[in-house]
Amino acid sequence: MKLRNIILSVIMAAFATLPAPASAAGGGDGEFDVKEVIFEHLLDTYKWELPFTHAYVSLPVIVKDCNDKWHVFDSRNLYEKGEHEGFYISHEGDYSGKIVGKDADGNEYRPLDLSITKDVSEILLAAVLMLLIFFPMARWYKKNGNKAPRKFLGAVELIVDMIYSEVIKPILGRDAKMFAPYLLTLFFFILIVNLLGMITVFPGGANLSGNLAVTMVLAILTFLVVNIFGTKHYWKELFWPEVPMWMKCPVPLMPLIEVFGAITKPVALMIRLFANMLGGHMITLVLVALIFIFSALGVAVQSGTAIFSMIFALFMAVLHLLICLIQAYVFTMLSAIFISLARVRGEEHAEKKK
Amino acid sequence: MELFNPEFGLGFWLLVVFLLLFAVTAKYVWPAIIKSVDERADFIDKGVEYAENAKKQLDEASANAQKLMIEAQRRQMDILQEATQMKNRIIEEARAAASVEAKKVMDAATLSIEQARKAAEEQFRTEVSSFALQIAERLLRKELSTDKKQVEMVEKMLDELEKQN
Repeated sequence: MKLRNIILSVIMAAFATLPAPASAAGGGDGEFDVKEVIFEHLLDTYKWELPFTHAYVSLPVIVKDCNDKWHVFDSRNLYEKGEHEGFYISHEGDYSGKIVGKDADGNEYRPLDLSITKDVSEILLAAVLMLLIFFPMARWYKKNGNKAPRKFLGAVELIVDMIYSEVIKPILGRDAKMFAPYLLTLFFFILIVNLLGMITVFPGGANLSGNLAVTMVLAILTFLVVNIFGTKHYWKELFWPEVPMWMKCPVPLMPLIEVFGAITKPVALMIRLFANMLGGHMITLVLVALIFIFSALGVAVQSGTAIFSMIFALFMAVLHLLICLIQAYVFTMLSAIFISLARVRGEEHAEKKK
Repeated sequence: MELFNPEFGLGFWLLVVFLLLFAVTAKYVWPAIIKSVDERADFIDKGVEYAENAKKQLDEASANAQKLMIEAQRRQMDILQEATQMKNRIIEEARAAASVEAKKVMDAATLSIEQARKAAEEQFRTEVSSFALQIAERLLRKELSTDKKQVEMVEKMLDELEKQN
């Protein structure tokens, strides 16, 4: 117990003293700019910083300029020279932190940017991790027949079984086998991305699931699956629900509400995952930033805040770990529910009416 | 704010990577895993059912065996009892037969002894009477042996002696 306390305080002390250069880098003029530091961590960048140094892994930049010409170059050029092939990273305005270029008239514009940024690299890493986990698993089953896997694969199988038998099967019933691949891919991708976000240093650290673009794409995919595989009863329900005629004929009141409902479902999915993950990252960052804000008040106050912040940040991180799993689970479960709602069949419908 | 501004490039790459990941895993991974998990669940269910049946059968068999054991023990007791009875009876019979035989032998023996004794007695008597008569003849220097009356008298005297004895 004592030993643990000592280790804990040493770690805290290390944390308290370490980011001095970070504050210098963040503010530029020595001031600690909380907002900038927090957003720097939450937003995407064109480089991947290595822990405890100023070194970084440079990433490829792929942009298309206003003349429809593709430019591919190392992002190190941008950071070291400031400008490369007419492109530079904007520091203010609408495109702050993004690559911008100048057109012939000297106006700033945002090129079509398909760069492999930190977030994109994280996506690739998550995909590779998934393949590395699940291909051996599938092969294991082929080799070992009815034996149950042990150790890591056993733990993964537990989660697969939790999602498949406890969520997908009860919700989708006879369609379970058809949609299970999509839902399982979705769940594990979100889970791995969430957990990678919990690793604060190099191979992780990208705030992916707290990025609106990511959750939006996932929500749109669910929306597409729901609507592509919707039965004709689903479409009838949407545009010609069984309500009194005046509610749908001259003014399509009910259809409007139904369609609105169909659109809000994926939007809710998108916002829920985004807000939860962003909130988790942000609260940890704010708690850590508190230490540097209070550093102005002297060493005693700073160390007190450091201890308090670290304990609280640790608590929030553990909570966030739980949220990582819960949000992946909720996203998958709600996707499954939306799909099952779109898979209504005539006979079930008739039964419900009785 | 940039935070709420979805970036096209990121979305594009996510879509590409996710769809590729989905295509690959949907073909090679998920069906295999789901199939194995389902099959194993079935296998385990069947195994449990089989084990339950086996246990039931085993219970029945052991109950049967118990019954058979009890039956066998009862039979054993019966047989033992019967055997004891039979033994006793045989012994009894043998004893009876033996005693009858012994009695027969004894009777025969007694009879023969009696006869022998009588014969011996007769012989003895004749000898004694002949001796007595010879002695008397010597005494009388006279042939008495042929005298019937003398013989009768000697006989009578011997009878008297015998009685006295």
